[in-house]
Amino acid sequence: MAHFTKATSLHDWLNQRLAIDTLRRVLATEYWIPKNINFLWAMGMVLAITFGLLLVSGIFLLMYYQPNVDLAFDSVNYTIMQEVGYGWLWRHIHGVAASVVFLIIYIHMFTGIYYGSYKKGREMIWISGMLLFVAFSAEAFSGYMLPWGQMSYWAGMVITNLFAGGSLHADGLVEWIRGDYVPAQAFLNRFFMLHVLLIPLAILGLIGLHFGALRIPHVNNQDGEEIDFDAEAKKYLAGDKAHSKVIRFANDFMSKDMMVVGIYLIFFFYLVFYHYDFAMDPVNFDPADGLKTPAHIYPEWYFLWSYEILRPFSTDVGLIAFAFAQVIFFLLPFLDKSPNAVPASRRGLFKYWFWAMLIDMIILTAMGKVPPEGVFSTIGLYAALTFIGLWIILPFITKFEKKV
Amino acid sequence: MKNSSRRGFMGKAFGAVAGVGAVASLYAMKKTWDPLPSVKAAGFTTLDMSAYKENELVTEKWRGKPIFVLKQTAEMVKKAQANPKDMDRLIKVGDAHFMVCVGLCTHLGCIPGYNPDEQSFLCACHGGMYDFTAEVTKAPPPRGLDIPPFKIDGMKLVLGEEGPEYKKMLESGTTLKV
Repeated sequence: MAHFTKATSLHDWLNQRLAIDTLRRVLATEYWIPKNINFLWAMGMVLAITFGLLLVSGIFLLMYYQPNVDLAFDSVNYTIMQEVGYGWLWRHIHGVAASVVFLIIYIHMFTGIYYGSYKKGREMIWISGMLLFVAFSAEAFSGYMLPWGQMSYWAGMVITNLFAGGSLHADGLVEWIRGDYVPAQAFLNRFFMLHVLLIPLAILGLIGLHFGALRIPHVNNQDGEEIDFDAEAKKYLAGDKAHSKVIRFANDFMSKDMMVVGIYLIFFFYLVFYHYDFAMDPVNFDPADGLKTPAHIYPEWYFLWSYEILRPFSTDVGLIAFAFAQVIFFLLPFLDKSPNAVPASRRGLFKYWFWAMLIDMIILTAMGKVPPEGVFSTIGLYAALTFIGLWIILPFITKFEKKV
Repeated sequence: MKNSSRRGFMGKAFGAVAGVGAVASLYAMKKTWDPLPSVKAAGFTTLDMSAYKENELVTEKWRGKPIFVLKQTAEMVKKAQANPKDMDRLIKVGDAHFMVCVGLCTHLGCIPGYNPDEQSFLCACHGGMYDFTAEVTKAPPPRGLDIPPFKIDGMKLVLGEEGPEYKKMLESGTTLKV
């Protein structure tokens, strides 16, 4: 057994048992962050804070929500919204955060793509991040079922039908997922369980993996410079802070991070108080009705780009294109054949690839929202083909990229 | 050597126990997610076919799904006879012909709407179209609306039971099993 001495203070007592000084050093004061970064490097912390907001508001909603097909709609729209003190606040925080979290995730992703932060040892950061994206998507979808309005019901119908696999007609699988022939009580109950327990557990585990994956390669910087973190840390600790290329994670880097978080939170609560309606589809304020489809079924804005890739094709081709769009971002570190981990602006053709991909995804998002008619169908079709084409040419244009 | 082979044996023995346990738990978990017997047992609906009017779409309910019933006019039957694939889809009860199908688009399950003047269905979700026998006329739907299992019983139609007419439709590929 280790040797313990009489503690001189509470701090010393804890330190002997939990090594809190070492923990603080490893996790905060001697976890080194490059100086050469900008506000886009704060998106991780913004996401962590948003997840915290979702968790806290979710806990309060959970106290009054009823996962029952007869009671769910009223428990949200009457009990929580009108009876519970500040119930509207938790619901609007939860709804707005669920939407905004995807905006930040996309900014976070495209920052990583722009600066090449998915290669040279940072592949696991990218892959764990993509797993988080999938988990957040499942979390968003399962949560969307819970108010049991028309959009909940029909989104549940359409998305679970995807698992029939088109011509494979795996209707048994679809019924198994639903626990019924149509979305009904069993369906609502199991998606409730997924939303409040299983998927959040997976997200927490994946956040741990995502942070862990960052540990050894460290955070990238604005020039993709390979920094000798040990040498720079030594310089910093020796007192030469001006010439060291790194700073401490806490409190130095954190103070800048929280500055960005502060600005973000002002924007966030502006939405919660004055513009929460953008995250609340009016169609979902009609109770679920299995005998009436809404005129247009569309997902929330953050799924529109992949929905638009599904839409212009016949069922089977559409499903294959959709499946392609869902997994292809995982392969980015392996499809980008160039060893350059520098900003896209210095990477020749990749610069154009980056902006073309970003603009194409915005077009897909816009086309996914409008009805699939006339010129919109055509634009949607070409945007979907462009998306697939961009991924096919990526290995070729990066293979012949000049080394910088 | 002796020790390590002993450890190896223990490892394999534990692996076997854990493997059996894992398979058994997965089986139990799979069965827990299956539709309940009460859900499956509620899967029958009886329709009185003498009550319908010609070219007027009525939506019934079977297993929580909308069921379209469209009594055909003499003119529609004539049109259908020109195209044997259309005729195969109709159900004859008494002297009348009926189109009976699950009212969920075979693309992704939205409910198409019926236009009695054009005698066709349009699915607003992704623009699929069907004719008056619910055969597909415009993609993306891959096939006509599915016909539920039925049994003709005098002037009544029992949905959920498989009669000889339904089995014939399955064999000829007129409909898929729902």
